[in-house]
Amino acid sequence: MSVSRTLLGLLEPKAQHGYTLRRRYDGWFGSSRPLKSAQVYATLQRLDRDGLIELAGVTAGEGPDRRMYAITDAGVSELERWLEEPEVPDVTATRRVLFSKMVIALSSGRSANQLLDRQRQAHLARMRDMRAQRQRGDLITQLDADFEMYHLDADLKWIDGAQARLDRLATLLGETGDPAEGQP
Amino acid sequence: MTLTAREVGIRFGATDALRGADIEIGEGELVAVMGPSGSGKSTLLHVLAGILRPDRGEIRLGDRRIDNLADGARSALRLTSFGFVLQFGDLVPELSLRENVELPLRLLKVRRSETRARAAALLRELEVEEFADRRPGEVSGGQAQRAAVARALVHRPAIVFADEPTGALDSVAGELVLDALTGLARQQGSAVVMVTHEARVAAYADRTVFLRDGRVAA
Repeated sequence: MSVSRTLLGLLEPKAQHGYTLRRRYDGWFGSSRPLKSAQVYATLQRLDRDGLIELAGVTAGEGPDRRMYAITDAGVSELERWLEEPEVPDVTATRRVLFSKMVIALSSGRSANQLLDRQRQAHLARMRDMRAQRQRGDLITQLDADFEMYHLDADLKWIDGAQARLDRLATLLGETGDPAEGQP
Repeated sequence: MTLTAREVGIRFGATDALRGADIEIGEGELVAVMGPSGSGKSTLLHVLAGILRPDRGEIRLGDRRIDNLADGARSALRLTSFGFVLQFGDLVPELSLRENVELPLRLLKVRRSETRARAAALLRELEVEEFADRRPGEVSGGQAQRAAVARALVHRPAIVFADEPTGALDSVAGELVLDALTGLARQQGSAVVMVTHEARVAAYADRTVFLRDGRVAA
């Protein structure tokens, strides 16, 4: 889900080919797990099927034709919904998605601060649930709750640190603006 | 009784510590206040508690406007309606824990027998009864802080203000203090406004207000 929504965010400024999109994704998010071509094209087909993007042109080349995609109005609405909805705090998955959301928000001129504020509140709500669970439960429940609370705490510290450095990140994204710029 | 702050601002020299902060604390509600260093957390607490007078905006306790009260009236309000737990307890070092806890009731001229009974009951409930005749310097930080919680709640205030109440304690002692503060406050229906930089502390509250640059951000 997060890869498809991130691609949607990257498509928002202008129509692009799958190849360009993949380079751009890898430039910002792919350092540890680059996208495979097949994954990009399968995702684009799904987004197209769901009406979130549409074909904006086909360029013939030496190899297979290059299909250019543009985001639709429904795609913009879906992107905004994704950015505005806090992630359900999850020990393993939250950070990667949060980073993607933050970069897409910043690079599109949306408020990354508000996004992170909403996420902090979602994390704090989960922390309250865990604390209540810890108070009611036996030792095993308490240790289980402790584990999650320490991880939530780490996420929250990351959110604080990210917010303190949003301006610098925005500048960096501006400088590396479009890693695929100038590519065919 | 609801405590409401609207568009509260205060400036120290060239620095705007609060720039139009809005907050509402419901009756018996436990609210944590978080935010980066310098965001105005402690200033907001002091303004809400009538320790600092804001330059603009207004603060009401129930229907009564309290930010523009004269100094004497504000002191009286703090004594009758508010309780305080600060990072280092701020108990009177020359008095025993028991005398510290009795202090608000003595200042309020509550009958001696009732004063003694109420203080003793709280000291017992917070499990510091056996140290009640020692001075703050003769007990651990956690025990002193639990006595500070008892002192903050003994006169059944409408609101307790707590500024980093566990900041000087290890996590186990901190949890005992937080259990005491939030448990007792809920029991007697006192609201709590608690400034903290720790999410695990904020998790004791019903909700968290996040400050940034002197305003409520979320």
